[in-house]
Amino acid sequence: MILNVTGMRRASFSGVPRWVIVFAIVGAAFVLVPLIAMASRVNWGEFVALVSSESSVAALLLSLRTSVAATMLCVVFGVPMALVLGRTSFPGQRLVRTVVLLPLVLPPVIGGIALLAAFGRQGLLGRPLEVLGVSIAFSTLAVVIAQTFVALPFLVLSLEGALRLAGTRYEAVAATLGARPTTVLRRITLPLVLPALLSGAVLSFARALGEFGATLTFAGSLQGVTRTLPLEIYLQREIDPDAAVALSLVLVIVSLVVVGLTLRTAPGSRP
Amino acid sequence: MKKQLLATLTVGVLLATAGCSASSPAPAPSLAPTKDSLSGSVTVFAAASLTKTFGELALKFEAAHPGVSVTTSFAGSADLVAQINAGAPADVFASADAKNMAKVSTLVGTPVNFATNTLEIAVPPGNPAKIASFADLARPGVKTVVCAPAVPCGAATVAIEASTGVKLTPVSEENAVTDVLGKVSSAEADAGLVYVTDVKGAGSRVTGIPFPQSSKAVNTYPIATIAASKNSTVAKAFVEYVTGTVGRAVLAAAGFGAP
Repeated sequence: MILNVTGMRRASFSGVPRWVIVFAIVGAAFVLVPLIAMASRVNWGEFVALVSSESSVAALLLSLRTSVAATMLCVVFGVPMALVLGRTSFPGQRLVRTVVLLPLVLPPVIGGIALLAAFGRQGLLGRPLEVLGVSIAFSTLAVVIAQTFVALPFLVLSLEGALRLAGTRYEAVAATLGARPTTVLRRITLPLVLPALLSGAVLSFARALGEFGATLTFAGSLQGVTRTLPLEIYLQREIDPDAAVALSLVLVIVSLVVVGLTLRTAPGSRP
Repeated sequence: MKKQLLATLTVGVLLATAGCSASSPAPAPSLAPTKDSLSGSVTVFAAASLTKTFGELALKFEAAHPGVSVTTSFAGSADLVAQINAGAPADVFASADAKNMAKVSTLVGTPVNFATNTLEIAVPPGNPAKIASFADLARPGVKTVVCAPAVPCGAATVAIEASTGVKLTPVSEENAVTDVLGKVSSAEADAGLVYVTDVKGAGSRVTGIPFPQSSKAVNTYPIATIAASKNSTVAKAFVEYVTGTVGRAVLAAAGFGAP
């Protein structure tokens, strides 16, 4: 793939010095070599048996279910957040943006501790919820909450950027023609940034799928309830490293498909 | 030419960053130098549950032998086994169970058992679910957290379930005993099964409830020198130190049983 790109670029002036390309290749190899090395460790004879064990399938299905739910929550809350951040101005906006994007750079285990403080049994919101008979700790809902927490910034970030790039001229025209704000949002704004919304949602899904630290800290680990694929891989490593490697490859493939989908939708987000 | 340079560069970076994982304790205060034939440095790989005791023993050992420096690296036994198998530069390995020690049997000297540990029920302060016995953990509505059967503390839990006939329905099966302790000390769980030493180490954050059936699953800790050690004299001396009177006293103070 890399050769293709350089071959293609040779025809026209690329402006990229050769030493830059060398460093780029080393960088790409840095990412690729560990993955290839891992793939070479896969026990192919047992692969199907390893990834189709009861616990593996339960973990994969749980991961997919919770990641879809988390992505939906990200869309429901992330789109309004991106709109408010990208289209309005209010005092303290920069601070709010920084805080909202914080889970992006926060070590997930800290996210887990923070979520525990909020939704745990002794938590700020968890305690009143417990009185109402709603228990979040150790439930699948806890996994979804943890995944949404870490995945939300991806959607907000990519959508807000697209909103800024798209500008407001079409919306302004629609408004002067008498369209109500909700109509403008539905007919103009959202179709305009749909590619960014899709790629943001896919990225959120990928992040939710890979969530580990916050889930481990906040949700616990029980087969079929809270033990998602990354947690299952971590556990399998203790008993059956072959199974851990095989499952890792499954997650790599799922992630590759997801990233591939994003790259296909991403160019459209640029006007 | 350029490729060669880069390859050298990459190897250089890898070499420079290799071996950063081991943490070394603060240098021991220099005591009056005694006549001592031991010198050099050794790296001790020890199970996570030994963090406190082995940290202390390493300092004491250095104080007793001024020419020696001990570097310690603590992690789950299975992680340490993987590192030793991959050729990590360890001189001594202390495992939390015989099973993990057996996985490196070809790479180590003869293991010596130096401590035992048993399970204890840990509950949050105040014992909100009024747990008094092992059977109480299976009561409906009680949120019990245990270790996954794949890890040593979980294997011990399964053994106790089998011998008592009490079938637990935990809300979570954690990867490490420290995760169980965390869920109990934060009062997310009503009770958890952890080691006696964990309860002791957690101080007032949890309350321990001993139960007689814990004797059905006694975890034995073996220690051995690594065959490839470059300083096997010091490695052997450290193993003798751990299994000797000083080691015994430090381990007993932390709640470990005699082997």
